[in-house]
Amino acid sequence: MEAFIRGIGNISPQYTYNNAFFLEEVVPHHSIRMLSREPDYKEYIKPIQLRRMSRVLKMGVTAAGICLRDANVETPDAIITATGLGMMEDSEKFLTSMIDKGERLLNPTSFIQSTHNTVGAYIAVMLKCNKYNFTYVHNFLSFESALTDAFMRLEERPSERILVGGIEGIAEIYFQITGSAGFWKKEPVESLKLLQYDSPGTIAGEGVAFFLLTKRPDPGNYALIRDVRTIYKPGGPKDIQEKIDHFLDKNKLDVRDIDLVLLGLNGDVEHDRIYHWLQENCFQQNSQAYFKHLCGEHYVASSFALWMAAKVLKYQRIPQAILLKDNRTPGKPIRNTLIYNQNKNITHSLMLVSSC
Amino acid sequence: MRGRIFVTGIGIISAIGKNAGETLESLRNSRSGVGPITQLDTIYKAELPVAEVRLSNKELAEMTGVAEYQLTTRTTLLGLIAARETARHAGLDPSEKQFLTGIVSATTIGGMDKTEINFKNFEKGWPYNHFIFTHDCSDSTEKIADYLGIRDYLTTISTACSSSANAVIHGAQLIRHGIVDRVLAGGTDPLSKFTLNGFHALLILDKNPCKPFDRDRMGLNLGEGAAYLVLESERSASGKKVLCELKGYGNANDAYHQTGSSPEGLGPYLSMKEALEMSGLGPKAIDYINAHGTGTDNNDLAEGIAIEKIFAPHIPPVSSTKPLTGHTLGAAGAVEAVISIMALTQGMVFPNLNFRTRIPELSFEPVKELTETKKVRNVMSNSFGFGGNDSTLIFSAC
Amino acid sequence: MEDLILKLKKEIINVLNREDITPEDIDTEAPLFGDGLGLDSIDALELIVLLEENYGVKIEDPKEGRKIFNSVKTMAEYIQKHQKN
Repeated sequence: MEAFIRGIGNISPQYTYNNAFFLEEVVPHHSIRMLSREPDYKEYIKPIQLRRMSRVLKMGVTAAGICLRDANVETPDAIITATGLGMMEDSEKFLTSMIDKGERLLNPTSFIQSTHNTVGAYIAVMLKCNKYNFTYVHNFLSFESALTDAFMRLEERPSERILVGGIEGIAEIYFQITGSAGFWKKEPVESLKLLQYDSPGTIAGEGVAFFLLTKRPDPGNYALIRDVRTIYKPGGPKDIQEKIDHFLDKNKLDVRDIDLVLLGLNGDVEHDRIYHWLQENCFQQNSQAYFKHLCGEHYVASSFALWMAAKVLKYQRIPQAILLKDNRTPGKPIRNTLIYNQNKNITHSLMLVSSC
Repeated sequence: MRGRIFVTGIGIISAIGKNAGETLESLRNSRSGVGPITQLDTIYKAELPVAEVRLSNKELAEMTGVAEYQLTTRTTLLGLIAARETARHAGLDPSEKQFLTGIVSATTIGGMDKTEINFKNFEKGWPYNHFIFTHDCSDSTEKIADYLGIRDYLTTISTACSSSANAVIHGAQLIRHGIVDRVLAGGTDPLSKFTLNGFHALLILDKNPCKPFDRDRMGLNLGEGAAYLVLESERSASGKKVLCELKGYGNANDAYHQTGSSPEGLGPYLSMKEALEMSGLGPKAIDYINAHGTGTDNNDLAEGIAIEKIFAPHIPPVSSTKPLTGHTLGAAGAVEAVISIMALTQGMVFPNLNFRTRIPELSFEPVKELTETKKVRNVMSNSFGFGGNDSTLIFSAC
Repeated sequence: MEDLILKLKKEIINVLNREDITPEDIDTEAPLFGDGLGLDSIDALELIVLLEENYGVKIEDPKEGRKIFNSVKTMAEYIQKHQKN
């Protein structure tokens, strides 16, 4: 159950849409939310299609386009998308209109585009791709579900090239409401110092990250995703550690073989406790990094982490901006990375990504 | 060689019954659940017929032992009832250590039924902003998982009207690849003002009971419900009473337009073809097609053309059961899978109500009367959704 | 009629988010759908809402819409014929 990453398209709160760069410039955000650095969409989408697209839809379709160009693939053999909230902007628009106009004279466009599979559908229409097309919507496990599906498909059809993407966009009203429910920091924070605030809440983020997966070895491949695992409501930290060991063992590895652990710390003092425990009791000998200070917290943040792991492995360098702890042996290549992400000790996910 | 997938349990709640037994009775007696709106507070109350589950949230909660019905979405309540029936039917015990158990649920509404009521009051704090936590699609899946004690694998799918057919497909795949041994797969969707208004703005709602495959069809009737199957591997189904086998499935994308099928029904054609190929059955082996058959101008023609392309000149009995259940959106794939399985196990072909006049472009008419004499061995169920997402399931007697 | 036609063109551009064109770009008698402006079935629905909201003219059957929305001219003629004053 593994696949190479042959192409990437990532639009995020950092300048990631240009694949030639890897965090040479890091964008700090002084806010409680991090909005994306967006490319010029007209390069990828015709005006007649662009006109009715919400921001997230533009991001989604464009990131997919960047990814396919990067992989030199015209039409993929399957399109699998992941999103926690889906097309929230369109939902808000239609809902607000429905309430304000008393259910009369409603414009259908935002309703049509509010379905969760809209991005996947638009990509299919634009590429005339009649192939398999699924959308996963299970909060923080959405992206991992999509990857799992892609792996299963590639086992059965090893010559296929599958487009997999995580999509999440900040929608205004939802952002305000979740703020009032305590999801985010009360005051604007310096994103690059996210872990230094001893307070509840985190910083809201967004992003779209697409990957072209294949079983074919190629010098152009970024990395090999070797395995992915999701865990629901485990016991305490020890149970999680056991599951991590089991996951690595299954892949003939030990925690000492992991050259870099990417952790989903998000600066929420309560939320990060589990990470701290693992940092001290499980990963204490590994080099450690984090990513949510660059992309913010959102349902498919792990797709940003995958982008990061792929780039680290391809370029064999770990940007200073992401390093928490440097336990590297000088001269030793970066071979294995482990991405670990969790939310409220309810959903946990692991991704093992290696060089190729 | 692909492992075989068996169905060991079904469960369903919709406008035609709160469980499988009642559903079968309604199907037998062509008792439609389509009628006036009684529960949604909408200006279209007197105008648009829908297929409601005639139970309030309070009553649904009482049936499942959910304590705080006001804080639970209708999506979850419907889902709990159907899931519980399915699990019981299959004798599913997720605590059995020798088997891994998963859940793949589907929904298009998620928690919107509550969000839309509380949307303008969210800033007032508790209890209104509680519904932020129930809004997204995974909420009902996790509540069902917790209720039944399923922990080994969870996920949720949302692909418009093909959602729960895709949940069944994904469930089968998870079993085939050894990620779990058995899966509760299906979906749930309640009625909501959001979707009622959305479909109304698209001008595809019929102001009368829908007439799928009829020349004078005017659109669909929305419905609500939930349905699940327990799918098992050969190993975990061993020794259990098996209802049927999931023999084949397919998913394709029409890639034509966001809301409409291509005129030649390419997506439907591809999904049916793929399901047949996987099943190893020729078109002649299909004894009944439970069509998507929404009653819209576009779907019924496109689906009809696709059926002809594959099955002509031996077109099997075709019917849409949406005149009974309404279009249950995210739950439709699973609702109709359960109905298809009933057709198999009971040896019945259910009629397509309200049909009068054939669509001129098609060479066939749907089934008009309940047929009990036929031996039904292989049933095909179609679900075609917005975004061109087209799925087909084939169930076979075994 | 001329005023109505210009008004309609502006409204079409607005409702359909066609920032890339101006009223002068729209030929009054040219087909709006298919090859013309390249509008599609979703646009047709938006135009139905536009007609009712701005002119009080209701179109019950979307199939009628195809004839009415053939061109800006046919739209204007339909409005003049059915608008309640």
